[in-house]
Amino acid sequence: MPRKIVIWVVLAALVVTFVGVLGARMAEGAVLPEIILGPLGLTDALFYLFAAMTFAGAATVALSKNILHSALGLLAALMGTGSLYVFLSADFLAVTQLLVYIGGVLVLILFAVMLTNRITEVKISNASLGLVGGGALLVATVPVLVFVAIATPWATIVPAELAPTTREIGNAFLTRWLLPFELASLVLLATLIGAVVIARKELKQDEPDTSVS
Amino acid sequence: MPVNYSPPPKSTPKVIVAVTLAAAAGIPFLFLGLVLLLTPVLKPATIDGLLSNAGIDPSWRTPAYVAALFVLALLMMNYGAIFSGVITWWERRVAGRIQSRIGPNRAGFGGFFIFIADAVKMLLKEDLVPADADALLFRAAPYFVVTGFALTFVVLPFGHSLVVTDLNVGVFYVTSVTALVVVGILISGWASNSKWALFGGVRAAAQVISYEIPAGVSIFVPIAMAGTLSMQGIIRAQGGLPWEWFVFRNPAALIAFFVLFTSQLAEANRTPFDLPEAESELVAGYLSEYSGFRFALFFLVEWGNIWVLSAIVTTLFLGGWQIPFVSAEYIDGLRGAGVLPSLAWWGWNAVSMAVFTAKTIALCNLVIWLRWTLPRVRVDQMMGLCWKYLVPAAFACFVFTLFWELAVSVAPRIELVSGVGFTVIAVVLAVLFARRVHQNIQAVQGEKIDLSNW
Repeated sequence: MPRKIVIWVVLAALVVTFVGVLGARMAEGAVLPEIILGPLGLTDALFYLFAAMTFAGAATVALSKNILHSALGLLAALMGTGSLYVFLSADFLAVTQLLVYIGGVLVLILFAVMLTNRITEVKISNASLGLVGGGALLVATVPVLVFVAIATPWATIVPAELAPTTREIGNAFLTRWLLPFELASLVLLATLIGAVVIARKELKQDEPDTSVS
Repeated sequence: MPVNYSPPPKSTPKVIVAVTLAAAAGIPFLFLGLVLLLTPVLKPATIDGLLSNAGIDPSWRTPAYVAALFVLALLMMNYGAIFSGVITWWERRVAGRIQSRIGPNRAGFGGFFIFIADAVKMLLKEDLVPADADALLFRAAPYFVVTGFALTFVVLPFGHSLVVTDLNVGVFYVTSVTALVVVGILISGWASNSKWALFGGVRAAAQVISYEIPAGVSIFVPIAMAGTLSMQGIIRAQGGLPWEWFVFRNPAALIAFFVLFTSQLAEANRTPFDLPEAESELVAGYLSEYSGFRFALFFLVEWGNIWVLSAIVTTLFLGGWQIPFVSAEYIDGLRGAGVLPSLAWWGWNAVSMAVFTAKTIALCNLVIWLRWTLPRVRVDQMMGLCWKYLVPAAFACFVFTLFWELAVSVAPRIELVSGVGFTVIAVVLAVLFARRVHQNIQAVQGEKIDLSNW
């Protein structure tokens, strides 16, 4: 028990120092941006709608006790994020978000969840740090996020019209960012080979192959 | 011999025949006509022009846009729903012919109103939620399926200028929104809390994830040939005559066409790939526990997807709405300077819509024939077909297309040679097919199409 208490104390001290340092830095250097209040147009209303959807989805992921409900919340969060990309005039990115995260990742998550035999138990999915740990994490991360949100000089240029981005993305991938692009595909290839190695059946030399194909 | 069985009247009353024929002709004309009239008019530029012509304050612009969006959404969803209704009737009549039975023939002439009768029946059923089901997810699942289906109509073209919106990532968008259908099927399978439904859902997920790969890769072939992701752009890169279609212009595209068509069948859970709802093994798969309206929604999507997959294949490979001997630029030129286009423009748009609809309906019919011709495949055969044959074939087609496009940029003549060659082969095959059908009909002289029990 005392070991656990020590860990908690150290963690708490770290969190307090961290928050203190960040708070001091925020207080001294940050330039608060001007808040402009205009009439609530259709675009703004839609933006808040999608932002609320993202937030509610993320909250469901974190708070729901049922893993399938969490998956549904993840769906809402990912779709909301995709919609926010549309507001940034990133059409290709928005559709890719839908294809990769909902069509791929989310479906695979659901698939994997359904193949587990302890699906009805709540505990397999929701190993959490509890209220204390969660509170500590919250206290530690909120200042960072607020600091970043306030202090970053965001580019606030609104594009003249929603121009297609596919061509620029393709050109960027094949010219300036060619090396990272190829490295990423190398990583994917390694993952694929790894999956095959893990999933294939081990064949022993002296045993005949009796597996039914 | 049951005594109390009263045979149907030998001939249908004339009034019913007239009403049915009027409905059968009127419903497609009504909906296609609405699409023809509304999609070009309800564009932001046209709305702006109409508002300024009528002298209405520009502050009404946003409400007008929103109203236009609602009208278009209503039109497209109803189009999908009515089409899937009519095609259930057509499918059952075709199945009846293929299996040497009559098929539905009571509601209206030839049983045409069976889909309305079915819909009324399903709406009147109790909306059952199993006691141990996850009620929230069970209720939510059909909406995911319907959303994924309805969203595809945003970019599906109907004619030269007849499309809700021509997204410049159109094809990519279609392949990604259909992911919502899979999510809905998986959730419905799990939330039913029934082993049949769960098996069906897991099978559906495995099948759709697998077949998304050959479908996605084979879509790259027309994209590489057209140089754009927009649906209308891909159609504009083709021509009206068969040797100007992508399917014949490139040997790899012909293979990619079959790969895409097969994968789309599997993604739409059509026989021979209807394992997720194999009724001999799994009751009805993921929708075993559904009843009433929610059941109807699943089936609406299942048959509506026939239109979606046929329209996608028509767009990507079969030249879409391109009219033979009439270039798309010529129709563009007819539009005129005013807010509303000229009459000739509307006329050519109607023709282009007729071309597109004819091609798509022909493919829909092919899908139905396949269903009643081929037996259901086994799970391992389904997986083997996808991973051992379709995926390598799709990748090979993609790589070949890249080299082909390089060759075309050097010698543009080869596209024409390939197109004409494959067109001739296709025509010869079609003639042989027609002759075989003719021989088969000759061989069973006397078994004519009996219209008396329609």
